[in-house]
Amino acid sequence: MTTLQPPAAATRPPVRPSAKRDRRSWTGWGFIGPFAVVFAFVFLAPIVYSVYLSLYRNQLIGGNHFVGLDNYTQAFQDDQFWSSLERVSLFLVIQVPIMLGIALFVALALDSGRLFGRDFFRITIFLPYAVPAVVATLMWGFMYGTQFGLVGDINSAFGVTLPDPLSTHLVLASIGNIVTWEFVGYNMLIFYSALRVIPTSLYEAAEIDGAGQFRVITAIKLPAIRGALVIATIFSIIGSFQLFNEPSILRPLARNAITTDYTPNFYTYSLSFNGQQHNYSAAVAIIMGLITMVIAYVVQLRGMRKGA
Amino acid sequence: MSTPVTTASASAPAPSGGGSRSAPRLRTPRKKHTPGRPRRSVLLTVLTGLILVYTVVPLIWLVISATKTQSGLADSNGLWFAHRFALWSNIHDTFTYHDGIFGRWLLNTLLYVVLGAGGATFLAILGGYALAKFDFPGKRAIFAVVIGAVAVPGTALAVPTFLMFSKIGLTDTPWAVIIPSLISPFGLYLMWVFATEAIPVELLEAARMDGAGEIRTFFQVSLPLLAPGVVTVLLFTTVATWNNYFLPLIMLRDPNWYPLTLGLSAWSSQAQTIGGDVIFNLVITGSLLTIVPLIAAFLLLQKYWQSGLAAGSVKE
Amino acid sequence: MRRTTGRLLRGLALLSVLSLGATACGSSDDDSSSTKAVSASDIQAALKKGGSVTVWAWEPTLKKVAADFEKKYPKVKVNLVSDKSGDKYYTALSNAIAAGKGVPDVSQVEYFALSQYSLTKGLSDLAPYGADKLASKYTAGPWNAVSDGDKVYGLPMDSGPMAMFYNKKVFDKYKIAVPTTWDEYVVAARKLHKADPKAYIANDAGDAGFTTSMLWQAGSRPYKVDGTKVAVNFEDAGAKKYTETWQKLLDEKLVSPINGWTDDWYKGLGDGTIATLTTGAWMPANFVSGVAGASGDWRAAPMPQWTAGAKASAENGGSSLALPTLGKNKELAYAFVEYANAGAGVQTRVDQGAFPATKAELQSSAFLNKEFPYFGGQKANQIFAQSASEVASDWSYLPFQQYANSIFNDTVGKAYISGTTLAQGLKSWQDASIKYGNEQGFTVSK
Repeated sequence: MTTLQPPAAATRPPVRPSAKRDRRSWTGWGFIGPFAVVFAFVFLAPIVYSVYLSLYRNQLIGGNHFVGLDNYTQAFQDDQFWSSLERVSLFLVIQVPIMLGIALFVALALDSGRLFGRDFFRITIFLPYAVPAVVATLMWGFMYGTQFGLVGDINSAFGVTLPDPLSTHLVLASIGNIVTWEFVGYNMLIFYSALRVIPTSLYEAAEIDGAGQFRVITAIKLPAIRGALVIATIFSIIGSFQLFNEPSILRPLARNAITTDYTPNFYTYSLSFNGQQHNYSAAVAIIMGLITMVIAYVVQLRGMRKGA
Repeated sequence: MSTPVTTASASAPAPSGGGSRSAPRLRTPRKKHTPGRPRRSVLLTVLTGLILVYTVVPLIWLVISATKTQSGLADSNGLWFAHRFALWSNIHDTFTYHDGIFGRWLLNTLLYVVLGAGGATFLAILGGYALAKFDFPGKRAIFAVVIGAVAVPGTALAVPTFLMFSKIGLTDTPWAVIIPSLISPFGLYLMWVFATEAIPVELLEAARMDGAGEIRTFFQVSLPLLAPGVVTVLLFTTVATWNNYFLPLIMLRDPNWYPLTLGLSAWSSQAQTIGGDVIFNLVITGSLLTIVPLIAAFLLLQKYWQSGLAAGSVKE
Repeated sequence: MRRTTGRLLRGLALLSVLSLGATACGSSDDDSSSTKAVSASDIQAALKKGGSVTVWAWEPTLKKVAADFEKKYPKVKVNLVSDKSGDKYYTALSNAIAAGKGVPDVSQVEYFALSQYSLTKGLSDLAPYGADKLASKYTAGPWNAVSDGDKVYGLPMDSGPMAMFYNKKVFDKYKIAVPTTWDEYVVAARKLHKADPKAYIANDAGDAGFTTSMLWQAGSRPYKVDGTKVAVNFEDAGAKKYTETWQKLLDEKLVSPINGWTDDWYKGLGDGTIATLTTGAWMPANFVSGVAGASGDWRAAPMPQWTAGAKASAENGGSSLALPTLGKNKELAYAFVEYANAGAGVQTRVDQGAFPATKAELQSSAFLNKEFPYFGGQKANQIFAQSASEVASDWSYLPFQQYANSIFNDTVGKAYISGTTLAQGLKSWQDASIKYGNEQGFTVSK
């Protein structure tokens, strides 16, 4: 099970007319076979098992019973679940545009050719992607410390009292900061790569028309990388819904602010591993997965419809 | 730099506007956007520089903190050195603490990466190739299912996978970490896109007409053309496997099999328990040591993955 | 015919998973622990025969004990796994038990977590191995925690009778008297914070163990357990005493919001901004390793009382060693547990700073006269031993205390970050605990 990976747009692969179709058909399976088998084992089987689990309830006293859709009804009435969903939605609506906005700005700046030391910028801004979430969160956790972390140092150096990044009001933003830090470089690179393949003929045409830099950006560059924008957005949306690593590792520093139901993923994790409530956890996770898929699909449809 | 992207790809969605008479070409670094040299903008550089500072400050903090002893951490300012420069002794202590378990964790991580990411890349290459160059029943379904699976939260799968694996006796073994790592939907997608672009169908037809079997065709004709894509997928699956935390967290109990991420997290929480050794300086040094190999890999292999990623973006 | 292959694959997957599921369904293992007595000679024979025994325990003093045990019984290998602790530890243990695989032969289990595992038949009864005869060796608090009627589910490893550690340097600087009652404590808190707004009498960001221990000392008994019938009530007289007094500290912001066991916390203990720490007697070792710079600044004192002149104390923390039902090598496992907690291992651990649960060590003059360099040469063990003898012994934990503790910060935690009062927070903890218990098949009420 790999960490967040972006899905694809549903652009259909070109169907190659082939007279030898039937002979090809099983060879194709030969090549994709290994992937498919492992996939069935590692994804499909657990999903099926998860559905099965969600229809039962296993109690500490009393054992396992079939309960049909009870777990699902319970989930729909569960305040904790809905408030965690609200929280990641809020997170998404704020953090994703900020992160993608910064990434886009940097990509455009790199592409404009007007930076000193472009390659240095590109590589360095990308580096945080190579840092594991555990390390990133531990680092930022240390730095957020108001007594002895960087925040504390700034406080004593400048005689100010910065608000505590780990206080209840700010902790979500602090987590957002960590996620932004981790992924801005990655998204920047996706945008930059997309910008680099824009045909130069377009720019030549724009020069002839006398378009300024800004016009070039809005009329040529942005539309051209629409696909990359959509992909990055979908990926970030899914990542936001699945937020787990950062709150989980930061939690010992802010136990009251980061509750066990802080994000849907953390809630299902707590249900399973604190309370041994595997069945209910499976039901909540399935609901969460469906919601994520629907939203990702909607974003993709809307994104691609406006495109070429 | 000859990348497969320069081959004709009539199916690429043409950007709107101007004529696209010339095939999309990966631009070599040029200095001109506008006639004459563009002004290097100091303002732009400064603004981007702010973002660079944001990116780099935590890393600088990490490097500086790794040079401090446990008490040095307490006494000194976060962004400057303490009295004692202890980087080498920290590194030494990191590798010798608890009978050198850090070294073992490093080896474990390498094992998971080589087998997991290597295996994932291999499966993705084969699968992407199949999706790009063959037509077979169920093809669209496979792709939809795989991509749909990405949206499933990791925790939905974690416990059922754990229960499944424990019935077959796989938990607490390296296989419990390696096998799930073998699936990379992003890798599959990237290889599919890349293979579509990079391997002209004419070459394949030619090879088949010469009587080469599919497997030979694959290894001798297709694979070399896929090189940048392969490196890209390898790098990204390596990052994912190297940084994997949640999966090993639930699958492994024996610390001898931990990857670095899990080990660091264990050291960190050890300091937070009754009677635990306080070793924040080792956590920090260990963190630094954990990220150095990946960063080095990215720096050294830049050329490949940049073009691979570019190709992946073309398909949009 | 396009989709058949896909369907076929999925069908196969489904089939295999359902068959797995069927086995999972009926896999509640029957407790196969034999009730026949295992004699000392059986155990000796097993030790001579040798083998290996897997021990999960984070207690650092056990390392030497394991080494000594191997020296004494050369054919026995002790495989000590000590990386996990706290929530992660119990998760791993519960996972192993659920999977029926990878369960250790010996497991460290804190007192609050024992009934959860014993009630669900996760731990073997040690009475057949002769553990019941060891009752008189231990102080009341720990023995009460490990025994249930005539069954014994673990041997106490250490105990945590509470005491108040205070930073003498800070107290002297601001001329604060060492409080002997909680009312005096509040007065001291005000005086300290007024004199130095950066200093606090203590830190408290909400800790389940601390809160339950305080309730224990105040005479509250929130948990009543009778088999699978459970009652949870945080509104009794003792609880009211605690919440009324402690609320003052929260309202007047006299406690630091730093979380315990963090980097910031160790530093706060070291530089005087956290002036007292009321916790179990096992704390000195942590002072030495984590707050080395403040050696000599701190002293130990008896826990403040609720009424002047009273003698009531409580336990905070402490664990036992138990034998999980699904573990193997039972004779070797029990031999190790007995060695570590009732035999020569006890002194080995005490020498390294562990706080014993055995009366003999607690009453030995060497122990009582030990001078703690960290506390300026104070004979702190006398305070701890006195506290141990004053622990009221009728306290129970929930059979799902692990879960209850995990949601403590979600519920009571609100009192630390918003206008909710401690009493309200405890009530919502009560409600959530009742809900969970009933969901799990217990009969839980107020």
